[in-house]
Amino acid sequence: MIECKNITKIYKSETVETNALNNVTFTINDGEFIAIMGPSGSGKSTLMHILGALDIPTEGEYFFDGKDVSEFSEDELADIRKNKIGFVFQSFNLLPRSTVLRNVMLPLVYSNISKTEREKIAKAALISVGLNETRFHHLSNQLSGGEMQRVAIARALVNNPTLILADEPTGNLDTKTGEIVLNTFETLNKEKHHTVILITHEREVAEHADRIIHLRDGEIVEDIKNGKNKH
Amino acid sequence: MKLSDLFEETYFALTANKSRSFLTILGIVIGIGSVIAMISVGQGAKGTIESSIESLGSNLIMIMPGFQRAAGNQISAGRGSATTLTIEDANTIGQEIALIKAVAPEFDGRYQVTAKGTNTNTQIVGVTSAYPDVRNIEVEQGAFISEQNNQSSSKVAVLGPTTRDDLFGENANPIGQTIRIRGMEFKVIGVTKSKGGTGFGSQDDRIFIPLSTAQRFLAGNDRVSSINVQVVDQNSMAMVQEQISSLLLSRHKISDSQLADFSIMNQTDIISSASSITDTLTILLGSIAGISLIVGGIGIMNMMLTTVTERTREVGLRKAIGAKKKDISTQFLTEAVILTFIGGVIGVFVGWIFSLAISKFGNVSTSISLFSVLLAFGVSAAIGIIFGYYPARRAAKLNPIEALRYE
Repeated sequence: MIECKNITKIYKSETVETNALNNVTFTINDGEFIAIMGPSGSGKSTLMHILGALDIPTEGEYFFDGKDVSEFSEDELADIRKNKIGFVFQSFNLLPRSTVLRNVMLPLVYSNISKTEREKIAKAALISVGLNETRFHHLSNQLSGGEMQRVAIARALVNNPTLILADEPTGNLDTKTGEIVLNTFETLNKEKHHTVILITHEREVAEHADRIIHLRDGEIVEDIKNGKNKH
Repeated sequence: MKLSDLFEETYFALTANKSRSFLTILGIVIGIGSVIAMISVGQGAKGTIESSIESLGSNLIMIMPGFQRAAGNQISAGRGSATTLTIEDANTIGQEIALIKAVAPEFDGRYQVTAKGTNTNTQIVGVTSAYPDVRNIEVEQGAFISEQNNQSSSKVAVLGPTTRDDLFGENANPIGQTIRIRGMEFKVIGVTKSKGGTGFGSQDDRIFIPLSTAQRFLAGNDRVSSINVQVVDQNSMAMVQEQISSLLLSRHKISDSQLADFSIMNQTDIISSASSITDTLTILLGSIAGISLIVGGIGIMNMMLTTVTERTREVGLRKAIGAKKKDISTQFLTEAVILTFIGGVIGVFVGWIFSLAISKFGNVSTSISLFSVLLAFGVSAAIGIIFGYYPARRAAKLNPIEALRYE
């Protein structure tokens, strides 16, 4: 379970103070599928960084599985990311000139898991995102965009995270492959019960989620259940 | 992060850009290789000089007469001009001081020597039968001066190879022939083996005769020019030297050691002063080569900084999936150290080949010691750490959010 209480994030440059997030409070239960939506400058990236333990808020509390992460040190944040969070990025961020399998195994390198075990987990993750087994030993830059993003999702899955955070996962994909990727998230949520948070500025993408949190100018303007769009 | 994973990551990183890794390693190879080759030249020179000093005899102490100074007179004749050492001094040293292997007193003088139709001016050395052992002299033909020769003051002579060549022609057999020293006939009974060395003070250009013969017919008294003492081992040298000094002071009835009428030279002192010269040479050569090693190190730093910049997004990703600062800095540091280590291994090999080539074609003796190889490895690892540290720290300090956005 994730709880944000009065989270405020202020960026200070020499002359200006920017209020990226202002008193944001919400709770996410395990197994939810949520979209955080808003135009650019709404603070959704800042919120994603805090939710993903990449950054800490200026004020407020962030409880992750009961622990207050907002006071964590850099190394403690790294541990949370390693054990509890899987990231999917707009630009995939796969290691070039490396095989699909090596890319997916990468997070496990930092968890001291044996190589044979790593390979087993990685293959299972790749199968669960629907990637063809013939692709496992291809280099990552030989894949299509949709395949790359599914490899990235598999990479986010290998550490069996509490939370999958996807930052504009369809931003670099055409509508059709974007749809496949979004369906992958839905399957992971419905069948494997992973908590998924989508960060997006597109309403069509957000519509895939069960709940939509709408941000504008660093504040929540709308937090609604989305029941109309179920297949 | 496991060690095997660390090496695997390093392997992938270094093979990702093979030509760049190769050129960076080449810089270290040249640096380490030239350090190894230059030090081998210095060490080789040191070995040559030391062995030529040691060929005088091992663990040797030489006692020379001091300068002559009459009581109340401040005018000194040159060192060695006094005739204060006697054969009795030599015998007493041999009898009273422990840890001595042999004592060999000698008398030196330069005389004109003639043979059939040829003549030369050379060093005549009056010696006892202990002399060859103490001064490392071997006989090539015939025999050396015996105890018997000394007791009977026989007129026999052993020639150095150079003197033999001068008097009888090159490689002739002079055994049984006669030479004349100051009009007296001496029978040649042997020739010594060549010890090398040319010019002034050559060990080969001399004639050995019995000490008693030299004292009786050439010097006309029982003085000796110097006493060679061979000590049992290197560690006892200082102690024996001390004991000889106090023994001779009391025998010569001198209370103030400042006024001693003899001087004692220790072979170790001669070697150490010669070594300090060759060590300086080694350091000089080594530091010139060391400059190229530093240039190689800067090459490493340059490559690592480029790599860190190029792989900013990768660093961001690694941090996002849970890598700690330490993981990142260890990874980049390992890359730098592996680069220098590979360069070090190849460099030692290249340096070794060069030093072989120098000794083969340059007629300079070279020697590669384990020390210089270990030094090269130590230095290359240190260079990897020193020049890899800054780029690694820079990578570790990257903010994951900014690193992921880096274009």
